[in-house]
Amino acid sequence: MPVMAAPRRLWMAVAGFAGAAAWALAYWNLAGLARWITYGLAGLEPGSRPSSAVEFFLYEAPKVLLLLVLVVFGVGIVRSFFTPERTRRVLAGRRESVGNVLAALLGTVTPFCSCSAVPLFIGFVTAGVPLGVTFSFLVSAPMVNEVALVLLFGLLGWKVAALYLSTGLFIAIASGWTIGRLGLERFVEPWVFDVRAAAADEAGAAIAWADRLRAGREAVVDIVGRVWPWVLAGIAVGAVIHGYVPEQFMAGIMGKGAWWTVPLAVLVGIPMYSNAAGIIPVVQALLAKGAALGTVLAFMMAVIGLSLPETIILRKVLRPPLIAVFVGVVGTGILIVGYLFNAIF
Amino acid sequence: MVITVYGPGCARCFETERVVRNVLAELQHDADLQKVSDYQAMAAAGVLATPAVAIDGVIKMSGRVPKREEVKAWLA
Repeated sequence: MPVMAAPRRLWMAVAGFAGAAAWALAYWNLAGLARWITYGLAGLEPGSRPSSAVEFFLYEAPKVLLLLVLVVFGVGIVRSFFTPERTRRVLAGRRESVGNVLAALLGTVTPFCSCSAVPLFIGFVTAGVPLGVTFSFLVSAPMVNEVALVLLFGLLGWKVAALYLSTGLFIAIASGWTIGRLGLERFVEPWVFDVRAAAADEAGAAIAWADRLRAGREAVVDIVGRVWPWVLAGIAVGAVIHGYVPEQFMAGIMGKGAWWTVPLAVLVGIPMYSNAAGIIPVVQALLAKGAALGTVLAFMMAVIGLSLPETIILRKVLRPPLIAVFVGVVGTGILIVGYLFNAIF
Repeated sequence: MVITVYGPGCARCFETERVVRNVLAELQHDADLQKVSDYQAMAAAGVLATPAVAIDGVIKMSGRVPKREEVKAWLA
Protein backbone atom coordinates (compact mmCIF):
# COMPACT_ATOMS: atom_id res chain seq x y z
CA MET A 1 0.00 0.00 0.00
CA PRO A 2 1.64 3.26 -1.10
CA VAL A 3 1.59 6.15 1.33
CA MET A 4 -1.24 8.53 0.53
CA ALA A 5 -0.36 11.90 -0.90
CA ALA A 6 -0.88 14.73 1.58
CA PRO A 7 -3.69 16.56 -0.31
CA ARG A 8 -5.70 13.37 -0.60
CA ARG A 9 -5.35 12.77 3.10
CA LEU A 10 -6.55 16.29 3.81
CA TRP A 11 -9.57 15.79 1.58
CA MET A 12 -10.42 12.53 3.31
CA ALA A 13 -10.22 14.23 6.70
CA VAL A 14 -12.43 17.11 5.51
CA ALA A 15 -14.94 14.67 4.00
CA GLY A 16 -14.97 12.63 7.19
CA PHE A 17 -15.52 15.70 9.35
CA ALA A 18 -18.31 17.03 7.09
CA GLY A 19 -19.96 13.61 7.09
CA ALA A 20 -19.86 13.40 10.88
CA ALA A 21 -21.31 16.93 11.23
CA ALA A 22 -24.13 16.21 8.76
CA TRP A 23 -24.87 12.97 10.57
CA ALA A 24 -25.08 14.65 13.99
CA LEU A 25 -27.21 17.53 12.66
CA ALA A 26 -29.69 15.14 11.05
CA TYR A 27 -29.81 12.83 14.06
CA TRP A 28 -30.51 15.50 16.67
CA ASN A 29 -33.19 17.27 14.61
CA LEU A 30 -35.20 14.25 13.57
CA ALA A 31 -37.94 14.51 16.21
CA GLY A 32 -38.78 18.10 15.30
CA LEU A 33 -38.62 17.39 11.60
CA ALA A 34 -40.97 14.38 11.89
CA ARG A 35 -43.45 16.50 13.87
CA TRP A 36 -43.23 19.33 11.38
CA ILE A 37 -43.89 17.07 8.37
CA THR A 38 -46.73 15.22 10.09
CA TYR A 39 -48.65 18.17 11.53
CA GLY A 40 -47.39 21.17 9.53
CA LEU A 41 -46.80 19.87 6.04
CA ALA A 42 -49.31 17.01 5.87
CA GLY A 43 -51.73 18.80 8.21
CA LEU A 44 -52.71 15.67 10.13
CA GLU A 45 -54.67 16.16 13.32
CA PRO A 46 -52.59 15.68 16.49
CA GLY A 47 -53.70 12.72 18.58
CA SER A 48 -55.44 10.91 15.74
CA ARG A 49 -54.52 7.37 14.70
CA PRO A 50 -53.02 8.09 11.28
CA SER A 51 -50.98 10.98 12.64
CA SER A 52 -49.39 8.93 15.41
CA ALA A 53 -48.54 6.16 12.94
CA VAL A 54 -47.06 8.62 10.42
CA GLU A 55 -45.07 10.52 13.03
CA PHE A 56 -43.73 7.21 14.41
CA PHE A 57 -42.56 6.15 10.97
CA LEU A 58 -41.06 9.50 9.98
CA TYR A 59 -39.08 9.66 13.20
CA GLU A 60 -38.01 6.03 13.72
CA ALA A 61 -37.11 5.07 10.14
CA PRO A 62 -34.45 7.74 9.52
CA LYS A 63 -33.19 7.47 13.10
CA VAL A 64 -32.58 3.74 12.86
CA LEU A 65 -31.02 4.05 9.40
CA LEU A 66 -28.66 6.79 10.62
CA LEU A 67 -27.62 4.69 13.63
CA LEU A 68 -27.18 1.69 11.38
CA VAL A 69 -24.86 3.57 9.01
CA LEU A 70 -22.71 4.79 11.89
CA VAL A 71 -22.43 1.47 13.71
CA VAL A 72 -22.02 -0.72 10.63
CA PHE A 73 -19.18 1.58 9.52
CA GLY A 74 -17.50 1.22 12.91
CA VAL A 75 -18.05 -2.54 13.06
CA GLY A 76 -16.75 -2.87 9.49
CA ILE A 77 -13.48 -1.34 10.66
CA VAL A 78 -13.36 -3.53 13.78
CA ARG A 79 -14.04 -6.64 11.67
CA SER A 80 -11.04 -5.92 9.48
CA PHE A 81 -8.98 -6.95 12.53
CA PHE A 82 -10.81 -10.28 12.94
CA THR A 83 -10.76 -12.74 10.06
CA PRO A 84 -12.22 -16.24 10.44
CA GLU A 85 -8.66 -17.56 9.97
CA ARG A 86 -7.36 -15.55 12.90
CA THR A 87 -10.31 -16.55 15.10
CA ARG A 88 -9.66 -20.19 14.29
CA ARG A 89 -6.03 -19.81 15.29
CA VAL A 90 -7.07 -18.31 18.63
CA LEU A 91 -9.57 -21.10 19.32
CA ALA A 92 -7.62 -24.13 18.10
CA GLY A 93 -6.67 -26.45 20.94
CA ARG A 94 -8.39 -24.29 23.59
CA ARG A 95 -9.75 -25.99 26.63
CA GLU A 96 -13.50 -25.84 27.11
CA SER A 97 -15.03 -23.09 29.29
CA VAL A 98 -12.28 -20.57 28.44
CA GLY A 99 -12.71 -21.65 24.83
CA ASN A 100 -16.50 -21.28 25.00
CA VAL A 101 -16.25 -17.74 26.37
CA LEU A 102 -13.66 -16.73 23.77
CA ALA A 103 -15.67 -18.31 20.95
CA ALA A 104 -18.86 -16.49 21.96
CA LEU A 105 -17.03 -13.16 22.18
CA LEU A 106 -15.19 -13.66 18.88
CA GLY A 107 -18.48 -14.73 17.29
CA THR A 108 -19.80 -11.21 17.72
CA VAL A 109 -16.93 -9.53 15.83
CA THR A 110 -15.79 -12.14 13.29
CA PRO A 111 -17.39 -11.66 9.87
CA PHE A 112 -19.96 -14.43 9.45
CA CYS A 113 -22.86 -15.31 7.19
CA SER A 114 -24.98 -18.39 7.76
CA CYS A 115 -24.21 -19.48 4.18
CA SER A 116 -20.58 -20.08 5.27
CA ALA A 117 -21.59 -22.03 8.38
CA VAL A 118 -20.56 -25.37 6.88
CA PRO A 119 -17.04 -24.58 5.58
CA LEU A 120 -16.41 -22.69 8.82
CA PHE A 121 -17.59 -25.65 10.91
CA ILE A 122 -15.31 -28.06 9.03
CA GLY A 123 -12.39 -25.64 9.15
CA PHE A 124 -12.75 -25.17 12.91
CA VAL A 125 -13.26 -28.82 13.84
CA THR A 126 -10.41 -30.13 11.67
CA ALA A 127 -8.05 -27.48 13.06
CA GLY A 128 -8.62 -28.82 16.58
CA VAL A 129 -11.28 -26.42 17.86
CA PRO A 130 -13.41 -28.55 20.25
CA LEU A 131 -16.97 -29.28 19.08
CA GLY A 132 -18.63 -27.38 21.94
CA VAL A 133 -16.39 -24.35 21.39
CA THR A 134 -17.29 -24.38 17.69
CA PHE A 135 -20.96 -24.36 18.66
CA SER A 136 -20.50 -21.39 21.00
CA PHE A 137 -19.20 -19.53 17.96
CA LEU A 138 -22.02 -20.73 15.70
CA VAL A 139 -24.68 -19.63 18.20
CA SER A 140 -23.22 -16.25 18.99
CA ALA A 141 -22.25 -15.22 15.44
CA PRO A 142 -25.75 -14.88 13.98
CA MET A 143 -27.59 -13.98 17.21
CA VAL A 144 -25.39 -11.26 18.68
CA ASN A 145 -24.75 -8.91 15.78
CA GLU A 146 -24.44 -5.18 15.28
CA VAL A 147 -27.67 -4.81 13.32
CA ALA A 148 -29.71 -6.35 16.16
CA LEU A 149 -27.94 -4.25 18.78
CA VAL A 150 -28.40 -0.98 16.84
CA LEU A 151 -32.10 -1.60 16.36
CA LEU A 152 -32.59 -2.53 20.01
CA PHE A 153 -30.63 0.53 21.12
CA GLY A 154 -32.46 2.86 18.74
CA LEU A 155 -35.98 1.58 19.37
CA LEU A 156 -35.89 0.23 22.94
CA GLY A 157 -32.98 1.94 24.65
CA TRP A 158 -29.54 0.90 25.84
CA LYS A 159 -30.78 -1.23 28.74
CA VAL A 160 -32.62 -3.70 26.51
CA ALA A 161 -29.67 -3.70 24.07
CA ALA A 162 -27.27 -4.51 26.93
CA LEU A 163 -29.60 -7.25 28.20
CA TYR A 164 -29.78 -8.77 24.75
CA LEU A 165 -25.99 -8.66 24.35
CA SER A 166 -25.27 -10.26 27.72
CA THR A 167 -27.98 -12.92 27.61
CA GLY A 168 -27.13 -13.75 23.98
CA LEU A 169 -23.50 -14.31 24.97
CA PHE A 170 -24.62 -16.34 27.97
CA ILE A 171 -26.76 -18.63 25.80
CA ALA A 172 -23.90 -19.11 23.32
CA ILE A 173 -21.41 -19.95 26.10
CA ALA A 174 -23.76 -22.22 28.06
CA SER A 175 -25.16 -24.16 25.11
CA GLY A 176 -21.71 -24.67 23.55
CA TRP A 177 -20.38 -25.87 26.88
CA THR A 178 -23.34 -28.27 27.31
CA ILE A 179 -22.91 -29.71 23.80
CA GLY A 180 -19.19 -30.19 24.53
CA ARG A 181 -19.96 -32.01 27.80
CA LEU A 182 -22.39 -34.36 26.06
CA GLY A 183 -19.60 -35.76 23.85
CA LEU A 184 -21.52 -35.83 20.61
CA GLU A 185 -18.58 -36.07 18.21
CA ARG A 186 -19.96 -39.35 16.83
CA PHE A 187 -22.93 -37.44 15.39
CA VAL A 188 -20.72 -35.32 13.19
CA GLU A 189 -20.61 -36.76 9.66
CA PRO A 190 -17.45 -38.94 9.69
CA TRP A 191 -16.00 -37.52 6.45
CA VAL A 192 -15.57 -34.16 8.21
CA PHE A 193 -12.71 -35.53 10.29
CA ASP A 194 -11.05 -36.99 7.18
CA VAL A 195 -10.71 -33.63 5.51
CA ARG A 196 -7.10 -32.59 5.36
CA ALA A 197 -7.65 -28.91 5.71
CA ALA A 198 -4.97 -26.70 4.32
CA ALA A 199 -3.92 -24.08 6.83
CA ALA A 200 -4.34 -21.37 4.27
CA ASP A 201 -3.93 -17.78 5.26
CA GLU A 202 -5.29 -15.02 3.15
CA ALA A 203 -2.62 -13.38 1.06
CA GLY A 204 -1.53 -9.95 2.23
CA ALA A 205 -2.01 -10.07 5.98
CA ALA A 206 -0.84 -6.51 6.67
CA ILE A 207 -3.66 -4.04 6.08
CA ALA A 208 -3.24 -0.28 5.95
CA TRP A 209 -5.66 2.07 7.70
CA ALA A 210 -6.95 3.36 4.40
CA ASP A 211 -8.04 -0.19 3.62
CA ARG A 212 -9.75 -0.56 6.98
CA LEU A 213 -11.73 2.63 6.34
CA ARG A 214 -12.62 1.24 2.94
CA ALA A 215 -13.75 -1.98 4.66
CA GLY A 216 -16.03 0.16 6.84
CA ARG A 217 -17.50 1.91 3.80
CA GLU A 218 -18.00 -1.39 2.00
CA ALA A 219 -19.75 -2.84 5.05
CA VAL A 220 -22.18 0.10 5.00
CA VAL A 221 -22.90 -0.36 1.29
CA ASP A 222 -23.25 -4.12 1.69
CA ILE A 223 -25.15 -4.46 4.99
CA VAL A 224 -27.24 -1.29 5.01
CA GLY A 225 -27.87 -1.86 1.29
CA ARG A 226 -29.23 -5.29 2.13
CA VAL A 227 -31.29 -4.57 5.25
CA TRP A 228 -32.85 -1.15 4.58
CA PRO A 229 -36.01 -2.52 2.93
CA TRP A 230 -36.45 -4.79 5.96
CA VAL A 231 -35.98 -1.89 8.34
CA LEU A 232 -38.54 0.24 6.50
CA ALA A 233 -41.02 -2.65 6.22
CA GLY A 234 -40.55 -3.54 9.88
CA ILE A 235 -40.99 0.06 11.02
CA ALA A 236 -44.03 0.46 8.76
CA VAL A 237 -45.67 -2.58 10.39
CA GLY A 238 -44.57 -1.23 13.75
CA ALA A 239 -46.12 2.16 12.91
CA VAL A 240 -49.45 0.58 12.05
CA ILE A 241 -49.43 -1.40 15.30
CA HIS A 242 -48.40 1.78 17.09
CA GLY A 243 -51.27 3.84 15.70
CA TYR A 244 -54.10 1.33 15.38
CA VAL A 245 -53.73 -1.52 17.86
CA PRO A 246 -55.31 -0.60 21.20
CA GLU A 247 -53.12 -0.22 24.29
CA GLN A 248 -52.79 -3.41 26.33
CA PHE A 249 -54.05 -5.45 23.35
CA MET A 250 -50.99 -7.69 23.46
CA ALA A 251 -51.14 -8.09 27.23
CA GLY A 252 -53.63 -10.94 26.83
CA ILE A 253 -51.67 -12.79 24.13
CA MET A 254 -48.02 -12.09 24.92
CA GLY A 255 -48.32 -10.78 28.46
CA LYS A 256 -46.77 -12.45 31.47
CA GLY A 257 -50.02 -13.96 32.66
CA ALA A 258 -49.77 -17.46 31.25
CA TRP A 259 -46.69 -19.70 31.57
CA TRP A 260 -47.06 -21.05 28.06
CA THR A 261 -46.49 -17.74 26.28
CA VAL A 262 -42.69 -18.06 26.38
CA PRO A 263 -42.44 -21.60 24.90
CA LEU A 264 -45.06 -20.66 22.33
CA ALA A 265 -43.05 -17.58 21.33
CA VAL A 266 -39.94 -19.78 20.86
CA LEU A 267 -41.82 -22.44 18.88
CA VAL A 268 -43.35 -19.83 16.60
CA GLY A 269 -40.03 -18.03 16.27
CA ILE A 270 -37.78 -20.93 15.14
CA PRO A 271 -39.32 -21.60 11.70
CA MET A 272 -39.72 -17.86 11.05
CA TYR A 273 -36.79 -16.56 9.13
CA SER A 274 -36.23 -12.88 9.28
CA ASN A 275 -33.22 -10.83 10.13
CA ALA A 276 -32.99 -8.52 13.10
CA ALA A 277 -33.79 -5.55 10.90
CA GLY A 278 -37.28 -6.77 10.08
CA ILE A 279 -38.28 -8.25 13.40
CA ILE A 280 -37.17 -5.69 15.97
CA PRO A 281 -39.41 -2.77 14.91
CA VAL A 282 -42.36 -5.15 15.20
CA VAL A 283 -41.10 -6.31 18.58
CA GLN A 284 -40.91 -2.71 19.78
CA ALA A 285 -44.51 -2.08 18.78
CA LEU A 286 -45.65 -5.28 20.52
CA LEU A 287 -43.88 -4.21 23.71
CA ALA A 288 -45.58 -0.82 23.58
CA LYS A 289 -48.94 -2.60 23.46
CA GLY A 290 -48.40 -4.59 26.62
CA ALA A 291 -46.45 -7.69 25.56
CA ALA A 292 -44.02 -8.89 28.24
CA LEU A 293 -40.31 -8.18 27.74
CA GLY A 294 -39.16 -11.77 28.40
CA THR A 295 -41.68 -13.25 25.96
CA VAL A 296 -40.74 -10.76 23.27
CA LEU A 297 -36.99 -11.24 23.85
CA ALA A 298 -37.41 -15.02 23.59
CA PHE A 299 -39.40 -14.63 20.36
CA MET A 300 -36.73 -12.37 18.88
CA MET A 301 -33.84 -14.65 19.84
CA ALA A 302 -35.62 -17.68 18.40
CA VAL A 303 -36.23 -15.88 15.11
CA ILE A 304 -32.69 -14.54 14.76
CA GLY A 305 -30.61 -17.21 16.50
CA LEU A 306 -32.32 -20.44 15.52
CA SER A 307 -33.26 -20.40 11.89
CA LEU A 308 -34.61 -23.24 9.84
CA PRO A 309 -32.38 -22.51 6.80
CA GLU A 310 -29.25 -22.64 8.96
CA THR A 311 -30.17 -25.98 10.53
CA ILE A 312 -30.89 -27.36 7.05
CA ILE A 313 -27.46 -26.19 5.87
CA LEU A 314 -25.80 -27.71 8.96
CA ARG A 315 -27.42 -31.07 8.17
CA LYS A 316 -24.60 -31.49 5.60
CA VAL A 317 -22.11 -31.97 8.42
CA LEU A 318 -24.26 -32.92 11.43
CA ARG A 319 -26.44 -35.97 11.91
CA PRO A 320 -30.05 -35.43 12.99
CA PRO A 321 -29.48 -36.28 16.71
CA LEU A 322 -26.84 -33.53 16.98
CA ILE A 323 -29.06 -31.04 15.18
CA ALA A 324 -31.89 -31.92 17.58
CA VAL A 325 -29.56 -31.42 20.57
CA PHE A 326 -28.35 -28.11 19.12
CA VAL A 327 -31.88 -26.74 18.63
CA GLY A 328 -32.99 -28.20 21.98
CA VAL A 329 -30.12 -26.79 24.02
CA VAL A 330 -30.22 -23.33 22.45
CA GLY A 331 -34.02 -23.30 22.64
CA THR A 332 -33.85 -24.16 26.35
CA GLY A 333 -31.39 -21.31 26.91
CA ILE A 334 -33.77 -18.91 25.19
CA LEU A 335 -36.66 -20.22 27.33
CA ILE A 336 -34.69 -19.58 30.51
CA VAL A 337 -33.89 -16.03 29.39
CA GLY A 338 -37.56 -15.43 28.57
CA TYR A 339 -38.82 -16.65 31.94
CA LEU A 340 -36.07 -14.79 33.76
CA PHE A 341 -36.99 -11.43 32.24
CA ASN A 342 -40.70 -11.98 32.74
CA ALA A 343 -39.93 -12.64 36.40
CA ILE A 344 -37.66 -9.61 36.86
CA PHE A 345 -39.57 -6.92 34.94
CA MET B 1 -3.69 -20.33 -14.84
CA VAL B 2 -6.67 -21.73 -12.93
CA ILE B 3 -9.14 -19.49 -11.12
CA THR B 4 -11.36 -21.26 -8.61
CA VAL B 5 -14.52 -19.71 -7.19
CA TYR B 6 -15.69 -21.45 -4.04
CA GLY B 7 -19.36 -21.11 -3.15
CA PRO B 8 -22.22 -23.40 -2.15
CA GLY B 9 -24.72 -21.49 -4.28
CA CYS B 10 -25.50 -18.32 -2.37
CA ALA B 11 -26.35 -15.03 -4.07
CA ARG B 12 -22.95 -13.54 -3.33
CA CYS B 13 -21.24 -16.62 -4.76
CA PHE B 14 -23.01 -16.18 -8.10
CA GLU B 15 -22.12 -12.50 -7.99
CA THR B 16 -18.47 -13.40 -7.45
CA GLU B 17 -18.48 -15.79 -10.39
CA ARG B 18 -20.08 -13.10 -12.56
CA VAL B 19 -17.43 -10.50 -11.62
CA VAL B 20 -14.59 -12.93 -12.37
CA ARG B 21 -16.16 -14.04 -15.65
CA ASN B 22 -16.66 -10.42 -16.77
CA VAL B 23 -13.07 -9.48 -16.01
CA LEU B 24 -11.79 -12.53 -17.90
CA ALA B 25 -13.92 -11.60 -20.89
CA GLU B 26 -12.86 -7.96 -20.76
CA LEU B 27 -9.16 -8.82 -20.63
CA GLN B 28 -9.65 -11.71 -23.06
CA HIS B 29 -7.73 -13.74 -20.52
CA ASP B 30 -7.45 -17.46 -21.17
CA ALA B 31 -7.44 -18.55 -17.51
CA ASP B 32 -9.52 -21.59 -16.66
CA LEU B 33 -12.51 -20.71 -14.45
CA GLN B 34 -13.66 -23.46 -12.07
CA LYS B 35 -16.60 -23.43 -9.68
CA VAL B 36 -16.46 -25.54 -6.54
CA SER B 37 -19.63 -26.04 -4.52
CA ASP B 38 -18.60 -29.22 -2.71
CA TYR B 39 -18.02 -28.58 0.99
CA GLN B 40 -15.39 -31.27 1.32
CA ALA B 41 -13.28 -29.75 -1.45
CA MET B 42 -13.82 -26.29 0.01
CA ALA B 43 -12.60 -27.34 3.44
CA ALA B 44 -9.63 -29.17 1.93
CA ALA B 45 -8.60 -25.96 0.20
CA GLY B 46 -8.73 -24.14 3.55
CA VAL B 47 -11.77 -21.98 2.74
CA LEU B 48 -13.52 -20.77 5.93
CA ALA B 49 -15.90 -18.20 4.50
CA THR B 50 -17.70 -18.16 1.17
CA PRO B 51 -17.51 -16.88 -1.50
CA ALA B 52 -13.77 -17.37 -1.89
CA VAL B 53 -11.46 -17.04 -4.88
CA ALA B 54 -8.19 -18.94 -5.41
CA ILE B 55 -5.65 -18.52 -8.19
CA ASP B 56 -3.59 -21.63 -8.93
CA GLY B 57 -4.57 -23.04 -5.56
CA VAL B 58 -3.70 -19.95 -3.48
CA ILE B 59 -6.66 -18.30 -1.74
CA LYS B 60 -6.72 -14.63 -2.64
CA MET B 61 -9.90 -13.55 -0.88
CA SER B 62 -12.78 -14.97 1.12
CA GLY B 63 -16.08 -13.96 2.69
CA ARG B 64 -17.00 -11.19 0.25
CA VAL B 65 -17.51 -10.32 -3.40
CA PRO B 66 -14.29 -9.12 -5.07
CA LYS B 67 -13.96 -5.81 -6.86
CA ARG B 68 -13.16 -5.87 -10.58
CA GLU B 69 -9.84 -4.09 -9.96
CA GLU B 70 -8.85 -6.75 -7.42
CA VAL B 71 -9.50 -9.54 -9.89
CA LYS B 72 -7.46 -7.70 -12.53
CA ALA B 73 -4.58 -7.34 -10.08
CA TRP B 74 -4.61 -11.09 -9.35
CA LEU B 75 -4.52 -11.90 -13.04
CA ALA B 76 -1.66 -9.55 -13.81
